[in-house]
Amino acid sequence: MTKKILFGKPKGFFDVYDRRPGIKDSTHYCPGCGHGILHKLIAEAVVDLGMQDDTIFICPVGCSVFGYYYFDMASISVPHGRAPAVATGLVRANPDCHVISYQGDGDLGAIGFNEFIQAANRGENIAVFFVNNGVYGMTGGQLAPTTLPGQKTLTSPYGRSVETEGYPLKVSEMVAALDSPVYVERVALTSPKNIRAGRQALRKALTYMKEKKGFSMVEFLVGCPVNLKKSTKDTDEWIENSVIPYFPLKCFKDIAAERKPKQSAVGIYDKLKVKNSLLETEKIHPFDESKVPVPAIEGELRIKCAGFGGQGILSLGMLIAEAGHLQNLKASWLPSYGPEMRGGTANCSVVLSRESIGSPIVKESDVLIAMNQPSIDRFSADLSGEGLLIYDSVNIKFDNPLKRKAYAIDASLIAKDTIGDVRCANSVMLGAFCEIVAAIGEKSFINSIYNNFQGKEKVIEMNLRAFEEGRKSARKLMQS
Amino acid sequence: MDGKKKKFTAAISINECKGCERCIRACPKKLLRLEDKLNSHGYRYVLYSGEGCVGCGSCFYACPEPGAITVIEEIEEGS
Repeated sequence: MTKKILFGKPKGFFDVYDRRPGIKDSTHYCPGCGHGILHKLIAEAVVDLGMQDDTIFICPVGCSVFGYYYFDMASISVPHGRAPAVATGLVRANPDCHVISYQGDGDLGAIGFNEFIQAANRGENIAVFFVNNGVYGMTGGQLAPTTLPGQKTLTSPYGRSVETEGYPLKVSEMVAALDSPVYVERVALTSPKNIRAGRQALRKALTYMKEKKGFSMVEFLVGCPVNLKKSTKDTDEWIENSVIPYFPLKCFKDIAAERKPKQSAVGIYDKLKVKNSLLETEKIHPFDESKVPVPAIEGELRIKCAGFGGQGILSLGMLIAEAGHLQNLKASWLPSYGPEMRGGTANCSVVLSRESIGSPIVKESDVLIAMNQPSIDRFSADLSGEGLLIYDSVNIKFDNPLKRKAYAIDASLIAKDTIGDVRCANSVMLGAFCEIVAAIGEKSFINSIYNNFQGKEKVIEMNLRAFEEGRKSARKLMQS
Repeated sequence: MDGKKKKFTAAISINECKGCERCIRACPKKLLRLEDKLNSHGYRYVLYSGEGCVGCGSCFYACPEPGAITVIEEIEEGS
């Protein structure tokens, strides 16, 4: 006697679900959950269509967020509702990959509706599987955009009122009205007959994606027995008798035969171009790093640079971090700025260390470079006991209440009068930092300036002069 | 049939079953039933009566757990 498996666990699933901590032989879904049925159809179809190795499954926010524990294919978790946006990036950067955007009614119909409808309108070559169960499942059964009129949920205890909450969102009808999508169908995962129809629809969408025909969406009406507070039998009956009359099962659009396969976009998606441009940035380090001695820093040097937006605060931090990196130190740079493009406040934290850096956040700083009054008011108290303060005396009045080592540099004045451009004040501060802290050689700073202003000869020249002026005035201060 | 007799079985992986009863309703021959005992995860589970499966796969597709149900064809060399 021979045994043949007619229907068994699809190869698209892992053998063991490596969830931590917890049960490893079954999914986290509640009994009777519609996600499980759909997962099975996807895992089966992806293998049958020979797409397993180049399919990327996007796990949304919702109950299906743990999809990556189950599907034996590339998976990525994305922020709530952003699956079609991430799918766009994935499929454009990897035109030969197949991207499945798996989304629930809260994810697709509410927070992520714009991402979804724009991706559909652009006709991205992705397949969206829209799971419509009429409630917010993961958060405990609140009103969703697709909740039926009169349906009771946690947040509509008297039933959905069309007066205040409007009518359910008919996503399939809306997306089918656009010109770009090639295939839109609504199915229900209830009776065996409906499930088989859903299986066909899903396979059709995947096939069109494989043929690069463009955007497909299948809407699945599924049950959430736990949040509907119904048995699976009553759930399915409710879907058949109440949901389907409102959301009719139908193929709204199937025009793939009329469409030519999509060509992948040129330009910024050109892989060779991207690769070449990356190689160029690697070439610019003029030092043979293995030969440069590591400077005398014990532990970490934690630096805070702060000032107005537009003063070059973030660049200043970047120049320091890069100079440290050129001397074989580990370096981190963490910017923090307000929403304003100009004139707001900005600060950045730089950590230089011989060892790997644990946290890029600087709470207690060893060096504070302050370029405006609010910065010194806010950050001078965070200086460590041995900490150094370097500040722009043109913009700041400071009487040093905690008696820290402080150096007042006329940075703005020097930049304006000697260099001829007030924007170079940050390089004056960089020169002062170089001289006062004396941990990193000036050559590294100069190379860091060359690297940062690559190709802008005039700017490099001005900043180098500003850097020298900063060193000069710091030396003068230290002698006196 | 060519000297071969076809026989089908629905094999239930007891600990993967959550007792949602979807397969019980899906089976056209009504050959599945819910057991009174609990499995290791605390769910009542489904059992196959042992006779009469037609191998349609309805229970497999109705089941939300990936590996709880396997439909097997047993090919016997007939007389």
